[in-house]
Amino acid sequence: MRRWLVSALMLLLGRRGRRLPEPEEERVVPAGARDARAESFFVLLLFVAAVCAAGFIAVYAIGELPHRTQFLGLALGLAFAGLAAACIVAARHLVVTEELEEEYSPPEHLDEQEEVVAIVEQSGSRFTRKRLVKLAAGAAGGTLGAALIAPAVSLGPILDTSAFYETPWRRGRRLVDDAGEPFVASEIVEKLFYTAFPEGAPRNDFGAPVVVVRLQPAELRLPSDRNGWSPGGILAFSKICTHAGCAISLYRTPLFPPASPRPALVCPCHYSTFDPSTGGDVIFGPAGRPLPQLPLYVDTRGHVRAAGNFSGPVGPSWWGVRLKDARP
Amino acid sequence: MRIAGLSVLLALALPVLAAASVPPPYGIVSANAPESTPLRELGEQLYAGNCATCHGPNGEGFVEAEPGRGSGGILGKAPSLRGVGELSADFYLRTGRMPLGHVGEEPNRGHVFFSERQLRALVTYVGSLGPGPAIPEPHPERGSVSTGLRLFTQHCAGCHQVAAQGGYLPGAVAPALDRATPTQIAEAVRIGPYVMPRFDQSAISDAELDSIVAYVAYVKRPNNAGGWSLGRVGPIAEGLVAWLIGTAVLVATCVVIGTRLKA
Amino acid sequence: MIKSAVRFLDQRSGTAPLVRKTLRYLFPDHWSFLLGEVALYAFVVLVGTGIYLTLFFEPSTAKTVYHGVYAPLRGVEMTHAYRSTVDISFKVKAGLLIRQTHHWAANIFVAAIVLHMLRVFFTGAFRKPRDLTYYIGLTMLTVSLLEGYLGYSMVDDLLSGMGLAIGYSVALSVPFVGAEIAQLVWGAPFPGDPQFWSRMYIAHVFLLPILIATLIGLHLFLVAARHHTQFRQRRESEWRLVGVPMFPGQAPRSLGLFFSVCAVLFLLGGLVQINPIWLWGPYEVSNGTNGAQPDWYLGWLIGALRLVPSFDVTIGGYTLVPNPFWGGALFPLAVFGILFLWPALERRFTSDQAFHNLLDRPRDAPVRTALGAALFTFVFMPFLAGASDRVFISLGLSYNWQIWFFRALILAGPPVTYVLTKRVCEELLAGEVVEQRRRRVEASA
Repeated sequence: MRRWLVSALMLLLGRRGRRLPEPEEERVVPAGARDARAESFFVLLLFVAAVCAAGFIAVYAIGELPHRTQFLGLALGLAFAGLAAACIVAARHLVVTEELEEEYSPPEHLDEQEEVVAIVEQSGSRFTRKRLVKLAAGAAGGTLGAALIAPAVSLGPILDTSAFYETPWRRGRRLVDDAGEPFVASEIVEKLFYTAFPEGAPRNDFGAPVVVVRLQPAELRLPSDRNGWSPGGILAFSKICTHAGCAISLYRTPLFPPASPRPALVCPCHYSTFDPSTGGDVIFGPAGRPLPQLPLYVDTRGHVRAAGNFSGPVGPSWWGVRLKDARP
Repeated sequence: MRIAGLSVLLALALPVLAAASVPPPYGIVSANAPESTPLRELGEQLYAGNCATCHGPNGEGFVEAEPGRGSGGILGKAPSLRGVGELSADFYLRTGRMPLGHVGEEPNRGHVFFSERQLRALVTYVGSLGPGPAIPEPHPERGSVSTGLRLFTQHCAGCHQVAAQGGYLPGAVAPALDRATPTQIAEAVRIGPYVMPRFDQSAISDAELDSIVAYVAYVKRPNNAGGWSLGRVGPIAEGLVAWLIGTAVLVATCVVIGTRLKA
Repeated sequence: MIKSAVRFLDQRSGTAPLVRKTLRYLFPDHWSFLLGEVALYAFVVLVGTGIYLTLFFEPSTAKTVYHGVYAPLRGVEMTHAYRSTVDISFKVKAGLLIRQTHHWAANIFVAAIVLHMLRVFFTGAFRKPRDLTYYIGLTMLTVSLLEGYLGYSMVDDLLSGMGLAIGYSVALSVPFVGAEIAQLVWGAPFPGDPQFWSRMYIAHVFLLPILIATLIGLHLFLVAARHHTQFRQRRESEWRLVGVPMFPGQAPRSLGLFFSVCAVLFLLGGLVQINPIWLWGPYEVSNGTNGAQPDWYLGWLIGALRLVPSFDVTIGGYTLVPNPFWGGALFPLAVFGILFLWPALERRFTSDQAFHNLLDRPRDAPVRTALGAALFTFVFMPFLAGASDRVFISLGLSYNWQIWFFRALILAGPPVTYVLTKRVCEELLAGEVVEQRRRRVEASA
């Protein structure tokens, strides 16, 4: 029993004794001088980071806390900042920054290149009609590739662009506001703009929303084929800008016309400006096409209804935008 | 170098000064009336000295500017004030939009040169020029901020920006609403000043107006849960921060970290 | 302990030689080489925060009515996409921090890539044998722009919804096939099929990140295989490389940079608000707001769209080139086209087919630097123009005047920049020659 005790003690204590000095080895990484101050600073920064990270956990755990996002960000950000600072201190003062030289790898390996080429070329020794083989392989690969891509055309109606001309408007469709209430012609006043939707149709299409304004009939200079489109001076235009599809949500209407700009519908994205009195012509900004106008009439109950579809397709231009009319 | 810097500053500052409303070049004319003068009479005198040149001696307005009319060579041209009521006068005068320096310039919020009594006098006088709307009393506490958001987005955001930070439109500027009081908002909505649409009761009822006013009041100090709000104008300010703060700090860190080996 | 870990690794994978080589890989000594790393670490933060967000975001366009914590939106109809983002911002405890960090990281990611690209360009690092590395980098830049655009558009708020409509109009404006392309991507005319949202979502959270990560891997592999370039000092040459080994010298530096990037991004994410979508409200086709802008890296496109004068190119009834094509499609195509073709063009016009491991200082290649500066001006002018409405509101400078000013600058700016930059480079070089001569004379005196 005593022998075991002594051996155990020797094993434990003997290990803590001083080691024999090792022979001087060739070092891979050169030794550097101590920097006690930097080392202490390094340790301090790590503890600061630890405290901040703990702070993050604490803030996270608290029930109700105003400005929680700010505290969380501060805690986590400072924790990372502490780690970053520690690493930088280590980089500058605690690790050896060696300056080593090396050769760039060779620009090319001509022998291996030749061998690779030889391997590929020599492997084809059993093919006699190389051109035919290549043609056949190309045909197979090409058609298979096309076949694999083919289902992608079902992502959309690809060749049939008729949907671009469709709007939910047709003759007789009543204009309603966003609460579903019909517009009464006599209640539509000047110096104001209204947003109207087709009754009973989806609202979130480009073709749906229209902007309604009222001008004095004497001010109107509509194209000749739009006679009767604006009963009592009430005008309706597509609310979607013909430039890039934003909603035309500005109406510039002068309180005192002799000293102010003319009435105009303006788009807030790139400031395309349309003149309602001429049927939606572009008077400023990049839009390349006038604003499509919706013909109106007033029914027997005084409600405003569409007299047909727009004067042209709605929304931004594409190849066929001037080829066909808008249709329901 | 300093002169260059100063001139750059000046070049930047001048347009800022120009953006605010320019007061009439001759200043404000005060009436030399005793304290006991009734408001309407005081208002009439102030009106004669400050407003009649453009708005006419009896508030009838001038549509065509004729040379030779008015003091100081001012070519007066302005709408009639008959029937605009105290509502309009209160809005334009209390926000310093009137008196306007030059005909045709956009009436923007500016310094108010009149005293409180003078303001009340002018408002009373203009209100007496014909039957017109009284100064509105909006009740934002009766309105709902979420209804106000919906209405403001539909009717106002196109010009004033959805967080009421103001916006541009060809020929005008829609001001930010941070300094607008609830009364002034209600007044502007009913007047439709300069090129703003005029929303009457059928377009925006008083109840809806309460909600819009509540929304604008909210958006002056909205929930900025994310921290520093950068003016709530969106990606331009965010991009500036990303470059001038974020990227700048990181490039500086790279410079600190990168060693320069001994040559 | 280290010994047993290394032994374990080598016995099971045989990679000790590779690890040894990697540990002593030499890094060049200039700070500008760290810009690419900043982008890399921003990407790591993007992936980390992005994964967290996918655990809470619902990419659905089905409508719902909000009844949550944020009072001003109660009772408002919105899509699940928007609603789940509002919930991330207000209901999930660290949700807003992670969301904002993610968005700041995206902005700084692209900024770092741009700075890195500028460094690579103006020092000629794209020359053989690193042209392939350069192409991969440019591809990553392009993909990142799309990735960022999809990321903030997924939320379906008012600002990004308007931005999607504009993107749709640019697709539509491609001559001949624009409508077909737009229909293919959106599934139907705008606002498109509900499946479009699924496509955006899967592209943003899976397809494009995998693509970017793969390209990053290839990019880093090529950089390491061919080794970094370096500035010429005393001992460096086209054959000899001088640098700091990865371990122990460079590792704490790179690690420190990584933690710095994390620190900056999380501090911004917590302290500076970005994209407060609860203030913008949900998107409706019939709604718009003044002052809507894309994120900064698309600012050059909104400026270009605003500057192009009003015309559609038509022949008969056929609309050959709708207006948004010039600013929204041709302009970025031209800029990226020039950047992609640059290494080949430079090789051809300088008849320089050699390998280059040493970098030029910008002044050492006056024509390249001048042309690069001109191209930068060509991009920067529309970028400034994109903010002209806020400049008008803040400083009072007439919008109309600014538009004409920037139109003139786009044409006049690049040639002027070219001439000035070339001159500056040549003068600097001439000054150095004089300095050298002076020193030589003094030394011999």
